[in-house]
Amino acid sequence: MSKKILIADDEPNIVAAVEFLLQRSGYEVHVARNGDEALKAVEDCNPDLVLLDVMMPLRSGYEVCKRIRERADWGHIKIIMLSAKGRDAEVSKGLSIGADLYVTKPFSTRDLIAKINGLLQRP
Amino acid sequence: MLHSTAIVFTSFAYLGLLFAIAYYADKRADAGRSIIASPYIYSLSLAVYATAWTFYGSVGRAASDGVGFLPIYIGPTLMIALWWVVMRKILRISKQNRITSLADFIASRYGKSALLGGLVTVIAVIGILPYISLQLKAVSNSFTILVHYPEILMPTRVGEAPIREDTALWVAMILAAFTIVFGTRHLDAAEHHQGMVAAIAFESLVKLVAFLAVGAFVTFGIYDGFGDLFARAAAVPKLHAMMSPLEGVAGGYASWVWLTILSMMAIMFLPRQFQVAVIENVDEKHLNKAIWLFPVYMLAINVFVLPIAFGGLLRFPDGSVDADTFVLTLPMVEKHEWLALLVFIGGLSAATGMVIVETIALSTMVCNDLLMPVLLRLRSLRLNERRDLTRLLLGIRRSAIVLILLLGYLYFKLAGEAYALVSIGLISFAAVAQFAPSVLGGIFWKGGARLGALSGLTAGFAVWSYTLLLPALARSGWLPTHLLEQGPLGIELLRPLQLFGLSGLDQITHAMIWSMIANIGAYVAVSLSVSQSADEHRQASLFVDVFKQTGEVGGARFWRGTASVPDLYSLLARFLGVAAADAAFAEYASAKMLRWPDDPLVADAELVHYVEVQLAGAIGAASARVMVASVVKEEALTIGEVREILDEASQVVVYSHKLEQKSRELEAATAELREANDRLTELDRLKDDFISTVTHELRTPLTSIRAFTEILLDDPEVEVEQRKKFLGIITKEAERLTRLINQVLDLAKIESGKADWVESDVDMKEVISDTLAAMDQLLKEKDIDIQARLPEQVSVVTADLDRMIQVMLNLLSNAVKFCDSTNGWVEIALAERDGCLRIDVRDNGRGISPEDHEAIFSKFHQVGDTLIDKPHGSGLGLHISRQIVEHYGGRMWVESSLGSGARFSFTLPTGARA
Repeated sequence: MSKKILIADDEPNIVAAVEFLLQRSGYEVHVARNGDEALKAVEDCNPDLVLLDVMMPLRSGYEVCKRIRERADWGHIKIIMLSAKGRDAEVSKGLSIGADLYVTKPFSTRDLIAKINGLLQRP
Repeated sequence: MLHSTAIVFTSFAYLGLLFAIAYYADKRADAGRSIIASPYIYSLSLAVYATAWTFYGSVGRAASDGVGFLPIYIGPTLMIALWWVVMRKILRISKQNRITSLADFIASRYGKSALLGGLVTVIAVIGILPYISLQLKAVSNSFTILVHYPEILMPTRVGEAPIREDTALWVAMILAAFTIVFGTRHLDAAEHHQGMVAAIAFESLVKLVAFLAVGAFVTFGIYDGFGDLFARAAAVPKLHAMMSPLEGVAGGYASWVWLTILSMMAIMFLPRQFQVAVIENVDEKHLNKAIWLFPVYMLAINVFVLPIAFGGLLRFPDGSVDADTFVLTLPMVEKHEWLALLVFIGGLSAATGMVIVETIALSTMVCNDLLMPVLLRLRSLRLNERRDLTRLLLGIRRSAIVLILLLGYLYFKLAGEAYALVSIGLISFAAVAQFAPSVLGGIFWKGGARLGALSGLTAGFAVWSYTLLLPALARSGWLPTHLLEQGPLGIELLRPLQLFGLSGLDQITHAMIWSMIANIGAYVAVSLSVSQSADEHRQASLFVDVFKQTGEVGGARFWRGTASVPDLYSLLARFLGVAAADAAFAEYASAKMLRWPDDPLVADAELVHYVEVQLAGAIGAASARVMVASVVKEEALTIGEVREILDEASQVVVYSHKLEQKSRELEAATAELREANDRLTELDRLKDDFISTVTHELRTPLTSIRAFTEILLDDPEVEVEQRKKFLGIITKEAERLTRLINQVLDLAKIESGKADWVESDVDMKEVISDTLAAMDQLLKEKDIDIQARLPEQVSVVTADLDRMIQVMLNLLSNAVKFCDSTNGWVEIALAERDGCLRIDVRDNGRGISPEDHEAIFSKFHQVGDTLIDKPHGSGLGLHISRQIVEHYGGRMWVESSLGSGARFSFTLPTGARA
């Protein structure tokens, strides 16, 4: 059974690109366009990994990340923060609240896929 | 039956109790636990103002003048309200200079003039003698009356009793002994007589209780309360007339006013009041409470005056009983012997309190300001060579006490029968009122000079003697009475009671008017016409500016010369005794972190001044000055040098004012700098935010472009349809990037003022049609219904045509972008009104909630939405549009609410810039 990945981003073109890449790599992809949708999607489809944009309407990526980490039964979910904000302070903030990786936009698609694969193949 | 032995025994028991209280207070004081350091004790001791004169005489005066007794108590109540200004200053001056008496105060103010001190002493003694005799008269009369209980006999011929049975003489002698014990335990007259003050405060309580008791007895015991008593009094025509304030008083208003002024002066300048209020004061702050406590006491002791007076007049309608004795005779006639005895003790309290304090004050003055300056100058006595003068000083003071009381007794024998109690008291009041110009002028007016004070006091005292003392003596048969009736040498204009033809006033008012005119006139006129000596100039400034100086060193600045420590020490030891001198030097040394006598002291100006002040506390300022001058070599300062020192001080004040101002300016500048810095920091933060936002806005399209490019590059197998779509996205995102970069640059140009504004006459109708034409393709694609309501003709505006098109394009493309996706319409309206063009662009989109109405005009703000795709704008369009409109003096705003479309409007003034 293929692993499930949730993409949460409000930029439709970026979602389109990542969705295409992940589907081609054999993952099952779900999409959310704001923070609220993202939390609901986690609840509904129980993804193995979430790609979280930081600057989203309604709820920021940081907040969504915190909520996910608060739930013990979601402890297995891997989280990659994706953001156009790439300053050190923002990176360390993302990691400190429980993200597994922080990827700055624009990113290399190969690199991103490799990171996702790496995270999901680990026990 | 009250036997005289019982009365005498009770009196001595009471005096014994007073002594016990005083002894206890002194012991406590020696142990460092003062019981008089309380504002309540201070206020009670001020009530020494209420003497036997108040106790017996108020009723007497009320019985003849109705409420005419009141000014004597209204005056102090008014005056004490001013004490925070006047008395606080006198207190501060007196503490700094260790003033020992009123005479010392005045002498010290006017250049430490021994002559002035002597004059004040003479005036005070002569002026107060009648007052002391009044107390003796009251005690002996009340004793005589009480002895005859239950009979009511008036002591009409007291003066003829043989010496052995003369109560007044015995009273005088007993009080002299008592005063010596109370008042001369310590030599330093500036130090507090704690025992005396405690005893006086107690006496104030006793006399108040006694008076209230007899008042309550008359009002509620004999009669049925105030209402009943006053109603019965009102039924008697003579008494009814007395209830109106001014009818019973000779001279009417003038009399009231002068009596009030007179007693205002008395509360300050009676020697005993100066003693308790100034010399015995231990803490300036006690004034705060005394300012209301003392008037309360005055009120309490006056409440029953009228009721007792009316009661007496009703009870003894035939006039056989002297109204001055009503307080005593009313309880007697009602057969209340214990109350009568209490009244007698109350009267004794009032009298002894006054006599003790007054004689202590006067004896200090006589010793320090009258005798010592003379004795020290008499070389034949060789006082300068005596090693210990403390015994001599105490001896002088004790003799002075005895002498003053004997003189009081003598006055009583000579003149005491001629006047009622109140009249005698007022003569004394008028005498001490003569000190007012010199003291008040002295503490508020630097121009007051020694000669002025001497002239004023002499003139005032002369007039007082002529208009008050002389008639008193004449009426007592010691001077021919035709002097009063025809004037000296038959000159009517000089009649003592109608001086210069001034008649129709009561004696006191008459005397006060003339004596004050003479006193103040001479004081001011002479002060203005003479020049002050260096000493006077210095003292005047030390007194008037007392609040501007710090500590006791104030006077030390003015001394220059050479001295030796042993000389100064032995001087102090001679007058204060070795123990006190050692203590004083030790205190001085410890203030300098030195130990006396091990560490060497420097005999500088400060030490000389210190010794002089210590000495002044024992022998008065004038004598102290003479004594210090005898052991040191002083270089006299000239008036110019004194002025220079004073000027220096004032220059320091000016300089510190300048410094303060500079520091205020500096603070203001600092605040401005801080503000500027805050603004810069804020700008820096805004710039940071801007860059961060721009970066974010640039990275977002770049992310899509890179991602799709890599997808296409890595995977040549992508289907043609998808490839086409991906390339389309890449192109759009590239366009978005370009637009963003252009707008950022545009904004930077506008904000920095470097934008080129190519101005011409612009017709907004044309601008709108041109914009619509440019958007034609887009509108057709989206199938949006556009309506433009344009008038036939509008005025032109002077503006940059391209910028106007930019604004319209921005508003229209926003409207198109946000309007209803299926049934969209956009409406454009142009109107001209009040010299303004107004353009509205309305859409039927989802609207903007009111809290975002301003935010959408700020940089990079985009109203996000959850349901539909994020609009692809740079977030700068509206911001730039508003900047452009505002550049031409217009406004831009939006009206909308969620769900009902939005209307963007802007105005442009026509011809405003033409």
